[in-house]
Amino acid sequence: MLIQGLFYLFGTILVLAALGVISSRNPVYSALALVMCFITSAAIWLLMEAEFLAVVLVLVYVGAVMVLFLFVVMMLDIDLAELRQGFTRFAWLGWLTALAVIAEIVGVVWARGGLGIDASRGGVASAADYSNTLALGSILYTHYAYPLELAAILLLVAIVAAIALTMRRRGGLKQQDISAQVAVRSQDRVRIVKMASEKRP
Amino acid sequence: MISLAQLLTLSGILFSLAVAGIFLNRKNVILLLMCVELILLAANFNFIAFSRYLGDLHGQVFVFFILTVAAAESAIGLAILVVLFRERRSINVEDLNTLKG
Repeated sequence: MLIQGLFYLFGTILVLAALGVISSRNPVYSALALVMCFITSAAIWLLMEAEFLAVVLVLVYVGAVMVLFLFVVMMLDIDLAELRQGFTRFAWLGWLTALAVIAEIVGVVWARGGLGIDASRGGVASAADYSNTLALGSILYTHYAYPLELAAILLLVAIVAAIALTMRRRGGLKQQDISAQVAVRSQDRVRIVKMASEKRP
Repeated sequence: MISLAQLLTLSGILFSLAVAGIFLNRKNVILLLMCVELILLAANFNFIAFSRYLGDLHGQVFVFFILTVAAAESAIGLAILVVLFRERRSINVEDLNTLKG
């Protein structure tokens, strides 16, 4: 009963925050509403006993990805009025699509035998000494070791790509050219001039 | 206990709100990226719901990989966005017509 109540509470906050993401006037507010979405989702995942993924969602998404979003939103000087132009032109189409998708999913999921399985029950609760992190790690590092390494390479490629895309070299900066400094020869710098000695005045 | 039907309904609502957001904010690339994040979140909800329903942990491993790929996607997407803004001084989708014949 408590779990049901918490599920409805967090689910309501999640849906309201998602509405805030798509309908807010300011991208900063949208990003903050998305943070709220991720936090409530993590709470619901905790209720579903996916503890490790809930913690990862908060750490990676709220801690890294959304901060990146906020940085980019604040870095760019966006003309909001122009972007808001024609906001309501296709809004009816959007809401119509949303309502159609919701109606279809609700119809399929709540119809008796709609999914071909008994959807009215949840899973089996785990034992008290069950560790989600341990179980996930023990198949992630054995059965999924190769995909895990591929994911690591993907992240490395993403880092390199993001840096290579956004790095720019500005002209007119005073900086060292190390290879020129190392490769310099003494005869480039010092010129010895032979001349007769001068009389002291 | 939360039933599978409740979770699928919640993720369906989340997914369709994100799709509606793509229709509503179709000019703003940042909002489009955020809506894609919401869609991926709804997909993750389904994976976790079925993982719990079937008592099979492999669904959660898939969520792990989806989170990885989504993080890489948003990092590269935002990098492209920054470069785009530097070039065109705008993030309006309608200004992206360089390849137009």
